[in-house]
Amino acid sequence: MIDKKRLTHLKQLEAESIHILREVAAEFTNPVMMYSIGKDSSVMLHLAMKAFAPGKVPFPLLHVDTKWKFKEMIEFRDRRAKELGFDLVVHSNPRGEEMDINPFVHGSKVHTDIMKTEGLKQALNAGGYDAVIGGARRDEEKSRAKERIFSFRDKHHRWDPKNQRPELWNIYNTRIHKGESVRVFPISNWTELDVWQYIYLEQIPIPSLYFAKERPVVEYEGTKIMVDDDRMPEELRKKAKMEKVRFRTLGCYPLTGAINSDAETLPEIIREMLLSTSSEREGRLIDKDQEGSMELKKIEGYF
Amino acid sequence: MNSKEKIDVDIEAYLKEHENKDMLRFLTCGSVDDGKSTLIGRMLYDSKMIFEDQLAAAESESRKYGTTGEKIDMALLVDGLQSEREQGITIDVAYRFFATEKRKYIIADTPGHEQYTRNMVTGASTADVAIILIDARKGILTQTRRHSFIVNLLGIEHVIVAINKMDLVDFDQEVFEKIRGEYDKLASELGIPHVYYIPMSALEGDNVVERSERTPWYEGPALLELLDTMDISREETPENFRLPVQYVNRPHLNFRGFCGTIASGSVKVGDEITVLPSGKTTRVKGIINAGDVTEANREPYAEEAYAPMAVTLMTEDEIDISRGDMLVHTHNVPRVSNQLKVMVVWMDESPMEVGREYDFKRATTVISGHIDRINYRVDVNTYERMEVDHLELNDIASCRLTLTGPIAADAYKQNRATGGFIIIDRITNNTVGAGMIVDVASREGERFEPTPREYTEAEKALNEYIRIHFPEWGCKPC
Repeated sequence: MIDKKRLTHLKQLEAESIHILREVAAEFTNPVMMYSIGKDSSVMLHLAMKAFAPGKVPFPLLHVDTKWKFKEMIEFRDRRAKELGFDLVVHSNPRGEEMDINPFVHGSKVHTDIMKTEGLKQALNAGGYDAVIGGARRDEEKSRAKERIFSFRDKHHRWDPKNQRPELWNIYNTRIHKGESVRVFPISNWTELDVWQYIYLEQIPIPSLYFAKERPVVEYEGTKIMVDDDRMPEELRKKAKMEKVRFRTLGCYPLTGAINSDAETLPEIIREMLLSTSSEREGRLIDKDQEGSMELKKIEGYF
Repeated sequence: MNSKEKIDVDIEAYLKEHENKDMLRFLTCGSVDDGKSTLIGRMLYDSKMIFEDQLAAAESESRKYGTTGEKIDMALLVDGLQSEREQGITIDVAYRFFATEKRKYIIADTPGHEQYTRNMVTGASTADVAIILIDARKGILTQTRRHSFIVNLLGIEHVIVAINKMDLVDFDQEVFEKIRGEYDKLASELGIPHVYYIPMSALEGDNVVERSERTPWYEGPALLELLDTMDISREETPENFRLPVQYVNRPHLNFRGFCGTIASGSVKVGDEITVLPSGKTTRVKGIINAGDVTEANREPYAEEAYAPMAVTLMTEDEIDISRGDMLVHTHNVPRVSNQLKVMVVWMDESPMEVGREYDFKRATTVISGHIDRINYRVDVNTYERMEVDHLELNDIASCRLTLTGPIAADAYKQNRATGGFIIIDRITNNTVGAGMIVDVASREGERFEPTPREYTEAEKALNEYIRIHFPEWGCKPC
């Protein structure tokens, strides 16, 4: 007889996520996985690799490139695509590129609306994807706590929080009409700590921006941002100072706050996270616009 | 050394300890008035899952929407959507997370009002434990009966009765004992196997994380202590191996694997297995536990695997196996039928019609069928049975289900992972209901079984009079 011990919490979460990914591959005709290059995306990619081994991941990865990501993120993305041999689709909003959207000039709201939300919608429409796998977690933000794992979107990619499908056991309703889609969140039930612990245990590669290092940073709209290229206005760049910092989330460099830190290893990052007193999203400028803003963005089609 | 010091001094030792944590999912039942959101806010706050910026946000919201005056409204830490905050109620199922040294917890936070029965059923479907809140001043209410019924219906075996607001009854032991006595009766009426009672004040924090000095007469654990230590493993005898086939993995000609999550039991290489519903048999040639796969080794073979692992199984023979099939041990095969006795919870605004075609999804099997008879509807508040010809939103009923093909049918009471199903409307694609297999339907089927009724002496006399003087009415004795 085999030892009937229960699986550890991470192994239970891992099995649940793999179940979800396989369900997507089995029930949808044209799924895609969002790849944002951050730690959650890295975990998702790792789970997908496991779910379909020894075969290849049976769906492409989609990166919506806002053109303002950290340089290192793009290098990391292309390297991982090669190492793991996955199909990578990259999309940038041509209208935004034409308008030369610049978060320093147009502000975070316009930049996010055009390069991220609109760019995402374009990429989804162009790909005709019926299932879009994302790395959102329920512990990140209050409106996410109520979202289903298989979250229905109408043909305008909109979420209706008051009219969600009941979701019971691990039985997911994958039915949609033509033009509609489902956003699927396989790591819904993971917390930030779970993600870090799993990365540590499974030794999953992540961009070095998560680790503390001397970097040029400058105060901007109440947050410390890194000078990643010379598109940053000169008067800001002039004020930049070298500080030992790291990032708790990765996004567009002008919108992503750095924190002062000495954490150079995964255990040190986890230690810092457990002892810290502010939540992960604090470093993201986009949530602060207004209370409940994430909820509004989600209704409009932002992930 | 407390955990904060441990993290500070030796993070690697701390991580080592936490690699082996267990996971527990629980459901909280109660309304805002019972202090449900306050209790959850308190657990998150006291286990340090609330960060300062979230607390600051809750403070600013407390001033706007709060109901607690000067104090931070704990409920606002957990009530999610803007529209709900304005109404001051929780209208959907929200999932919250926190962890202790021993376990990671997932809370399904659902509203308690009758119009939200479907949300509670949803939250209960994945929970191992239910916490039922009772206001010490009010005792057992209609909603307590409703919550207990749903919890039991969804197969939750452990119920913690949190007798809350003890501060408002001066922590009086008699109040606690009276409610405990009454609930004991209710629990045995329903057949809930494990019930625990805790006197509590969620608002003041008594017996939530630490035992309260204000209840010296209470010798049991505080809520978190209980959650940390309770044994939630289900006893399974005999052990039933079930693997619903989810996905067929065929990366190249030499590899054909059947992927799925083991629903129950365990399996070893060499085991003889049967494919249902076809009944074909073969042996297990190889097992890959997806959890063991690494970037460097994509084919790590295991000797055995058990629930709830996500696995890939290879078979000795090239027999036809596809998504929706169920793999089981040949020496332990469940009954296979297309006619089932089920309990249905209706979840849609438009009523369920007898005879109408719906799609049913059970594990990975999707099959069409119809309800051909409603045996009876149960009133969730009084447990009375009623005869009805259709089901409305939130109705719960015993029905006979006829599917267009046979499926392997485990009773939900025996196997939660293979006994539950959802009902999908074929036109709107909505999830319109959920169901639990009770049994394979017998050929003659069940009839409406009214709740046995006590007749008065006058009724009995009238019945006798009619039977004697008007035999042609065909009246039965009562």
